[in-house]
Amino acid sequence: MGKRPASRRAIVRLLVLIGPSLLYLLTFFLFPLLLVFAISFGERGTYGGVRWVLNLQNYVRFFDPLSLRIFGRTLYIALATTIICLVIGYPLAYFIGTRSPRWRNGLLLLLMIPFWTNFLVRTYAWLLLLRDAGVINLVWTGALHNLVSALAAAVPIPLWQPLLQATASPIRIYGTDSAIIIGLVYGWLPQMVLPCYAATERLDFSLVEAAQDLYANRFKSFTRVILPLTMPGVVAGSILVFIPSLGAYITPDLLGGAKSIMIGNVIYSQFMSARDYPFGSAVSFLLMAVMLIGTLIYFRLGTARTHVTDEGGI
Amino acid sequence: MQPTRTRAIEKIKAMKAVKGTRRPRRRRRGRWLSRLLSLHGLLGYIFLYLPIVILVVFSFNASRHAVAWRGFTLDWYAALFTNKQVGAALVNSLIVAATSTAVSTILGTMVALGMERYEFPGKLPFDALLYLPIVIPDIAMAVMLLLFFVLSRMGLGLMTIVISHIAFNISFVAVVVRARLAFFDVSLEEAAQDLYADEWQTLRRVTLPLIMPGVLAGGLLAFTLSIDDFVITFFTAGPGSTTLPLRIYGMVKLGVTPEINALSSMMLLASMVLVLLSLVLRKGGGEGIELA
Repeated sequence: MGKRPASRRAIVRLLVLIGPSLLYLLTFFLFPLLLVFAISFGERGTYGGVRWVLNLQNYVRFFDPLSLRIFGRTLYIALATTIICLVIGYPLAYFIGTRSPRWRNGLLLLLMIPFWTNFLVRTYAWLLLLRDAGVINLVWTGALHNLVSALAAAVPIPLWQPLLQATASPIRIYGTDSAIIIGLVYGWLPQMVLPCYAATERLDFSLVEAAQDLYANRFKSFTRVILPLTMPGVVAGSILVFIPSLGAYITPDLLGGAKSIMIGNVIYSQFMSARDYPFGSAVSFLLMAVMLIGTLIYFRLGTARTHVTDEGGI
Repeated sequence: MQPTRTRAIEKIKAMKAVKGTRRPRRRRRGRWLSRLLSLHGLLGYIFLYLPIVILVVFSFNASRHAVAWRGFTLDWYAALFTNKQVGAALVNSLIVAATSTAVSTILGTMVALGMERYEFPGKLPFDALLYLPIVIPDIAMAVMLLLFFVLSRMGLGLMTIVISHIAFNISFVAVVVRARLAFFDVSLEEAAQDLYADEWQTLRRVTLPLIMPGVLAGGLLAFTLSIDDFVITFFTAGPGSTTLPLRIYGMVKLGVTPEINALSSMMLLASMVLVLLSLVLRKGGGEGIELA
């Protein structure tokens, strides 16, 4: 498809079609993007404004121990999220991919419905579960504790004592890195499943049978045939989970409490409370750079691309 | 794929062809593994739906403070309908979503037509520019728009929220409509023009009706994204322009209450309906909900 605009009229038509969007995106997307880049070399003014100077001080400041520690935590949380998503998501994708076509569409739909609902609301739902007086702890200190007590009364062996003690007080999940990781895994799991599913669906299962005919055991036929063939999906899914986890704001804010903060929260506080626009710009520009590199790798892979941008891409 | 690996696969394929039949081997262990896989699938879906179900269940819980179940009530929903702040937030959300959807659906459809139909110098960078709002992290986009509005001395309010939402929605609409256009049979347009339809008539009578499901699906997606957006709205909102997600966030920051559960459940329901509608429309387009 696509013809070269031969006539003047074709050029006019093309300009009418793409001109408004082009203008809009140049003004309200590209220009602000360049603005952030420019300001990241500036200096904080006395009253919170921006002094237009050219220095690298904001980028240097990023490497002080405090910022580095937050960046390290962010990196750790994003990586852990990606790995857990992979461990849960890959078999899930394989499960969906090996169902009959009739089931597959329904299962995919069920996977996508929560994904498309409000992220804030879904994170809040986890707050209900994880907080100290939440549902998980209600079960833990309530039903589970009672069960253990009953068992201890019935069968008096010393084994119950540590269990009784453990279930006597609530587990503290809210406000820890684990809470953030749980929230992020929940939020981005479909982003991992979709590309893995796309890769599994295209997998030629006669190759797996062939490998087994050649006396490969199940483990070998997985590591030598299935995994390499679905690798593009794995990489694409990992990037699609890693990037938004790196830039997470709501999840650490709601589930991480005051202690566990990530880069997203640093950016927020630079803009909303510290009013240090230049430093906030530098941090968000670094975040965008990481994102850009990830996206480039993703597009290089090509394969799973169309499968996600159509429906699952964010 | 590395050439050696491809070669190995070819070799396996060839050997398989020679061998022909397959022997039933390790069937018992296979069944065990596949049961494990099904169990994993089941647990996966429970993980996805459990929080949502619990949220909805607790929106009907009569107890205000404890998590424990104290009986069924609709009080929290009733309280929502008389809550003036929530009402105002809903109105703001609808204004923002309707405006940004209308503008971005028109612009996005136009740009999709232009991108699918024409080759022009600079198409590749423009394509990248069109993709960027989709892949950029929310927080980065929020920051750059806030900076832009502050430095250009635009007062933050509904207007700046609408401008920001259009900026990301154009791209999403364009992606959905282009997917539809990729399956478009150009000869239909040529036939119309052979029958002396002018360009405007061809667009109105042939092209638009044919891509309409895609346009509607794109519009619904834009509406959903706009209603749901928190981060970008949070940064570009001013006093008096609180939308529903911002209201929910404000309420959550003050503590967990059953009203939030009720409001959240209603938001969940609304987005699920919108998403299903959008998927049905896209399915009507013959691409299937294969998500692929």
